[in-house]
Amino acid sequence: MRTKEFTNTVTAIFKREILGYFRSPVAYVFIAIFLLLLGFFTFYISHFFEMGQADLRAFFEWHPWIYMFLVPAVAMRLWAEERRMGTIELILTYPITVGEAILGKFLAAWIFIGIALSLTFPMVITVNYLGDPDPGAIFCGYVGSFLLAGAFLSVGSMTSAMTRSQVISFILAVVICLFFILAGYPPITEIFSGWAPGWLLKVVANLSFLSHFQSLQRGVIDLRDLIYYLSVIFFMLFANGIIIQNRST
Amino acid sequence: MIEVQHLTKFFGSKRAVDDISFTLEKGEILGFLGPNGAGKSTTMRMITGFMPPSGGTAVIGGHDIRRDSLEARRKLGYLPENAPVYPDMSVFDYLDFCAEIRGFTGADRKKRVGDTIDKCFLGGVRHQTIGTLSKGYKQRVCFAQSILHDPEYLIMDEPTDGLDPNQKHEVRLMIREMSAEKAIILSTHILDEVDAVCTRAIIIAEGRIQADDTPAGLRTRSPYHGAVSLTFGPTDSGKLMSTLRSVEGVKNTILIDESRSEVSVRVLPRTRETLIADRIMAALSRDRYDLKSMYVEQGRLDEVFRNITM
Repeated sequence: MRTKEFTNTVTAIFKREILGYFRSPVAYVFIAIFLLLLGFFTFYISHFFEMGQADLRAFFEWHPWIYMFLVPAVAMRLWAEERRMGTIELILTYPITVGEAILGKFLAAWIFIGIALSLTFPMVITVNYLGDPDPGAIFCGYVGSFLLAGAFLSVGSMTSAMTRSQVISFILAVVICLFFILAGYPPITEIFSGWAPGWLLKVVANLSFLSHFQSLQRGVIDLRDLIYYLSVIFFMLFANGIIIQNRST
Repeated sequence: MIEVQHLTKFFGSKRAVDDISFTLEKGEILGFLGPNGAGKSTTMRMITGFMPPSGGTAVIGGHDIRRDSLEARRKLGYLPENAPVYPDMSVFDYLDFCAEIRGFTGADRKKRVGDTIDKCFLGGVRHQTIGTLSKGYKQRVCFAQSILHDPEYLIMDEPTDGLDPNQKHEVRLMIREMSAEKAIILSTHILDEVDAVCTRAIIIAEGRIQADDTPAGLRTRSPYHGAVSLTFGPTDSGKLMSTLRSVEGVKNTILIDESRSEVSVRVLPRTRETLIADRIMAALSRDRYDLKSMYVEQGRLDEVFRNITM
């Protein structure tokens, strides 16, 4: 009985949210900028054509950096706007749990980013036309990219619950995302290597979005990477719930 | 039945709501009165489960809002202050969403949304985006949302705020019509509204209940309750006052206005229970005064409100 209600309310919120993206210009602006930036970086910075390689590495390597700015922009309105408009007072007095509301909103935003990601399909067609790429690697790259977006999104959803200001939410999310990207980046780890114990260094490096993203790009879906992303998402959304339940206003 | 038990809320070290308790039966319409910042909205937010109380709880139809929150919220309809609604949705889509989230499906949901739209006079703006509507319409959309599932318990924070006099009248009528099988709490600044709608009123100031009575009962607390107001044609006011003062049971007489054509006087009884009107009549007719009008004052809620909250 409870499962039926659970799906029912999550679906209701999911539908409202995802239609909300397309009711406003947000969706179209986001998709256009996302595709433009990806195209620009892939072709002009990474010189996709000149590399002469029939794979999408030059394409996927930019995803973390583009997500770092664009995903918090999608996520910042999730809760901050509800708080600013006061509609949070209604949504939290409906007979639904905080978890259902968070999940519905999160899934809607995630699927929306998924739609934007799927619109990069011309890249796949191009690379297949030019050469003979490994379809497994491309598939895994997309899976990795989608999971990465989910992880960023969960961070943004959490920071969005902290404040009624979308700007603060955005900046906080970008900073936290940047930390997650850079955690495994050698220049950063070197700062710690002098004094921090080895195990701590390893933990921090393993928190990095990048290392898990890169291993997925090689064309292997490692269970550990999957678990990593899903647990980041779970943790962030759990924190999101605690923040919502303990808000002061 | 709504049972509010020792609700308390601290904001930092400030005690915004201080040990509020009352019970409300179905059929009652309770008006929450109080100055701004008295704790009305905070109390309502705690009763609806939006804000966790620092102490105490509310039991809605047998379900504790803290321990059995989902069941309690299922029985509630809530109209928050300032009527928050999603501005990017159309009226129909929004109410349809509310019905869906409350678990209505299929034809039942369609009918319910349609009926509510008709009941709240929203037919003309059914497919309009809420963001483009006037304040009064938004208020009605939010009102519609609160009664959509025909809840047993209805909590409304300033339901007529921002409405024009006609719309206010409509909303009050609707609230009265629904009241037979519901328990309703509404907050308001408008004292006339309490008279027009409520069967009971609670005055809150500084987070505490200062008075809990029927509107008529509250009015008896007015300093002018039972006072007799008199208007005369031109007459010698000094002689008139001494006549009135000599009537048994009269505490005081106040000369309100004296002009060439008219003298008006208010006579206060010794205690609230003393009935002095007929004795005054007897004294006046004995001395053949030119009495133009006479009425017994019921007391005014705004005076009572001021006395209690200042």
